[in-house]
Amino acid sequence: MSTTFDKVADIIAETCDIPRETITPDSHAIDDLKIDSLDFLDIAFAIDKAFGIKLPLEQWTQKINDGQATTEQYFVLKNLCARIDELIAAKGA
Amino acid sequence: MRLEYFQMLDRFVAVKADERWIKTESKVPMESPVFEGHFPGYPLMPGVLLIENMAQTCGWLVSAITGFTGLPVLAGVKNAKVRGAVFPGMDLSTEGSIVHEGSGFAIAQGAIKSGDTAIADAQLTYRLIPYPSPEFQNTMVTWAKQLDFPLQEFRK
Repeated sequence: MSTTFDKVADIIAETCDIPRETITPDSHAIDDLKIDSLDFLDIAFAIDKAFGIKLPLEQWTQKINDGQATTEQYFVLKNLCARIDELIAAKGA
Repeated sequence: MRLEYFQMLDRFVAVKADERWIKTESKVPMESPVFEGHFPGYPLMPGVLLIENMAQTCGWLVSAITGFTGLPVLAGVKNAKVRGAVFPGMDLSTEGSIVHEGSGFAIAQGAIKSGDTAIADAQLTYRLIPYPSPEFQNTMVTWAKQLDFPLQEFRK
């Protein structure tokens, strides 16, 4: 059974044509993988579909812009996957 | 339809919120400055304007389901296919449906027909941005009224 990280990494590799082996849990989607905001929409679409959730991108962006959160909290992949797991758990609750 | 002003739609046929579906109609004008260049002596509607027709149709649908709270701007076009030629005087019917409602973005599928003939289709991605001003929001609402958009069903 593949982990959340495996699924997300596969989505990123396929969506952005990034070699799968270069994507690690510590990769920052923006700073390390150079994924821009438009490509991230495609990734968000694929993640939403794959996990049956809705990534709260607007809320995250607002928190980052307001200084209440850092990009690392949402866009380092291990943290992104933790957020996804939380959303999945909340859905099932 | 006034191509040179990017007024691509003549009227809304139906807007169904529950089904996330919209249908518009438009008639290609007999004359337009666009046809002077595309092409001299052979007026053919540019494919990019067919994509714009779908983008506007689906854009209104995105506006509708988000309650006219922001402006959907076109951010991506995928799998665009122009299947048939469009000439002055032709009637176009455009349908749009929502593929996905994300946070701050939406993905729609558009398709144009003329009669039973498939003309074009594409998947369209929109970012939702705040209206640049209250005046602009009013402009959009006024425009919707002029096109007989069923505003009362959607506006928050």
